[in-house]
Amino acid sequence: MQRAAPLMIAVTTGFVMILAYFVPAMNDWGDMATNWFNILAAAALVLGGGNLLKMNLQQIAARSAGWGYAAVMLVSFLATVGLGLAKVGVHPPVNFPDAPWAGDYIQEGSALGWIYEYLINPVTATMFSMLAFFVASAAFRAFRAKNLEAGLLLGTAVIVLLGRTYAGVFLTGWLPESLGWLRFNRLTELIMDVCTTPGTRAITIGIALGVVASSLKILLGMDRPYLGSDEA
Amino acid sequence: MNRNTVVWVVVFGLGAAGLAWRAAGTGMGSQYVRAIEVHAASKTGQQFTWTRYDDAFPKDRGQPDVALSTPRTLGVWVAALMTLGAFSFLFGDNPLFKLTQAIVIGTSAGFAVCVGFWSTVVPMLMGRLHPEFVRSWAAPGMPPDQQTEWIALVPLALCLMLLWRLAPWGGWISRWPLAFFIGLTAGLRLVTFFKADFVDQVANTILPLAVMADGRFDPWATLKNLAVLAAVLATLAYFLFSVEHAGAMGRAARLGICVLMITFGASFSLTVMGRISMLAARLQFLFDDWLWLIDPLNRRTGL
Amino acid sequence: MIPGWLKNLDRRWIFLLMFLAVSLPQLFGVSFPERPSRKVLDVFDAIDGLAEGSRVLMAFDFDPASEGELSPMASAFTRHCCEKKLKLYFMTLWERGPPMVQKALDIIASEHPSMTYGTDFVNLGFKPGLEGVIRNAFSNLHVDFKTDQAGNSLHDIALTRELKSLREMDLLICIGSGSPGPKEWVQYGAAPNAMRMVAGVTGVQAPQLLPYVPRQLVGLLAAIKSAAEYEQALIDRYPQLARVDQAKEGLRRMGPQLVAHVLMVLLIVSGNLVYFLGGQSGDAP
Repeated sequence: MQRAAPLMIAVTTGFVMILAYFVPAMNDWGDMATNWFNILAAAALVLGGGNLLKMNLQQIAARSAGWGYAAVMLVSFLATVGLGLAKVGVHPPVNFPDAPWAGDYIQEGSALGWIYEYLINPVTATMFSMLAFFVASAAFRAFRAKNLEAGLLLGTAVIVLLGRTYAGVFLTGWLPESLGWLRFNRLTELIMDVCTTPGTRAITIGIALGVVASSLKILLGMDRPYLGSDEA
Repeated sequence: MNRNTVVWVVVFGLGAAGLAWRAAGTGMGSQYVRAIEVHAASKTGQQFTWTRYDDAFPKDRGQPDVALSTPRTLGVWVAALMTLGAFSFLFGDNPLFKLTQAIVIGTSAGFAVCVGFWSTVVPMLMGRLHPEFVRSWAAPGMPPDQQTEWIALVPLALCLMLLWRLAPWGGWISRWPLAFFIGLTAGLRLVTFFKADFVDQVANTILPLAVMADGRFDPWATLKNLAVLAAVLATLAYFLFSVEHAGAMGRAARLGICVLMITFGASFSLTVMGRISMLAARLQFLFDDWLWLIDPLNRRTGL
Repeated sequence: MIPGWLKNLDRRWIFLLMFLAVSLPQLFGVSFPERPSRKVLDVFDAIDGLAEGSRVLMAFDFDPASEGELSPMASAFTRHCCEKKLKLYFMTLWERGPPMVQKALDIIASEHPSMTYGTDFVNLGFKPGLEGVIRNAFSNLHVDFKTDQAGNSLHDIALTRELKSLREMDLLICIGSGSPGPKEWVQYGAAPNAMRMVAGVTGVQAPQLLPYVPRQLVGLLAAIKSAAEYEQALIDRYPQLARVDQAKEGLRRMGPQLVAHVLMVLLIVSGNLVYFLGGQSGDAP
């Protein structure tokens, strides 16, 4: 039961989705299954929060290294959940003013909206923007044209970097129209059309075949990742 | 105290003093709001009134309905300090960065829980199992013809089984929803990837090998199409590991590597471009919203 | 030949250079002219060619992490659709996406106050479920969407009352930075239903989407450069937007972008010079 039932569920659900694509009469089944999937995705968000709670509580209880930060994380989590679920600062919708719990949970002026705008937003954006610094450092210290392949990569990078700003026009705009294709901005477009697009297309085709093959293995019960690595 | 610490203490001290001086002199980081009275009547005729606060420009702060917003001003300062806390990682791992990280991971996870609950659990699960209750409380706008759908007990059961992962025993219970998840994804992706990423991509590569434009042979377009076809085939040849890369196949694979390198070079540049624009946006926040050093949107003209 | 300090340059000096390259042009308001390229005009024309009242889906699948890059695009698309008087359906598949949609709604409220919620635009809000939501929305919208973001029944909203599925859209516009995003909208929406779609993506994601152009995707805006060109195309077509400072966000960003790109090129070149002329040290990033 512990192994057979998940297998049956996975195989049945997968084939329902395939049939729903080809057989219009079965489309409603596909809609229903996908709807359950979407509800389950929301539960996964809750599970993520629960997991964070569990891990941090364990770390705090064990007084292991960095437990202070775990405590901060825990307080931040619980405060956000409390304020968000209680809809603190949320006004009711104008068309239902007698339903105070019906307002948009992330309304401007609400506690959850404040947390999003002034805590989550700035740090998430900053974390990603910091890669600009690290990539600059890597450009100086690690990108070496040691062979033809690396030279092609770096040469393309330089052309596209210049071609995607006004620097390309400034540096090569003087070229006569007969050599216009050598202007960095046009060269960039040419690289995108003749190399990047076909290169990515070949990768896309490869990935598609890989996805189809791995999906088939799951649907035929040859691959059972849901059972865990030691029991598949 | 070693030399490095002294330098940092001096830098922080000067920075804080500079900020305090500038904040006192210019009011930097201050956020203003316009109070708007909202009047609404319920279906029973009962009147409700509350105040909504819309963003206002600092240059409008003299107007009677515009006032300084303490929560939003505090928010800008918190956001700026959190931004600096994240940037501090550039000087190596440090307590300020770890603190910032802990706060953001905690709030992000909490945010996800709230969003999952209000956007899906309430309307799509509770709303189907007990529509009257949900309509009376959280979603009065739910369709009036919504009846109890007992079939929704199935996703409810799957959700509870998934959450069972948190329990110390009975881990196998969560395999059922996981199997559902994986099975559905496999079925869904099998068809769509085959259609959009295989069949359509093969079709996109079938291009005219002699392009005629306005009744004339177009050598550039022809050459371009030939190059695209050759590049796709060469790259695919490189990925074909079941055939030895020797002779013509080896040369094709070699060309494929070159195409891939050019592809990665272009991807690298586009990635750099993206990161720089994100950095520019963060610095704009610091310079404009917080420090009031620039005013690209003319929100403080005349101050 | 190459000084020792350059061979073992502390990476914090490079960080400082990058900081200056991005901040100084902003502080001095440096910007450069942009001319819309053919590829950007393909996207522009796809929207500009729609008749007044056409239905357009606006999928905002991004969050604060890529807001700096995608927000100018999202705003430009919104402004263009409003100028064309199209019917807009906003939604997001990212849990941190609703505030991104809200910013577009704020643009409508401040720049096009005559547009009415429910009859000219609607916010379907966030739904979890990744590509599953897209699949169902093209099959039967009402399976997953009972209410809008504000909790109003879709049956009470003029734009959604008669709408059965997203197949009834005249154009799909997706601004996204990852998964689920434009790729999934192509795979589960545009490709199987043979619908017209344009997308705006981050530089990181752009190469993944290129193979779909022009058959599955009519056009693609890639990174801030395309956003700036789109803004210029918009100003060329609707000159009144030249007076709206908010409508030139992408154009303003191209100043720091240029200086930082030149710095990157200089770093690559000088790094190679140090490597080849001064022995082979200092390889660690």
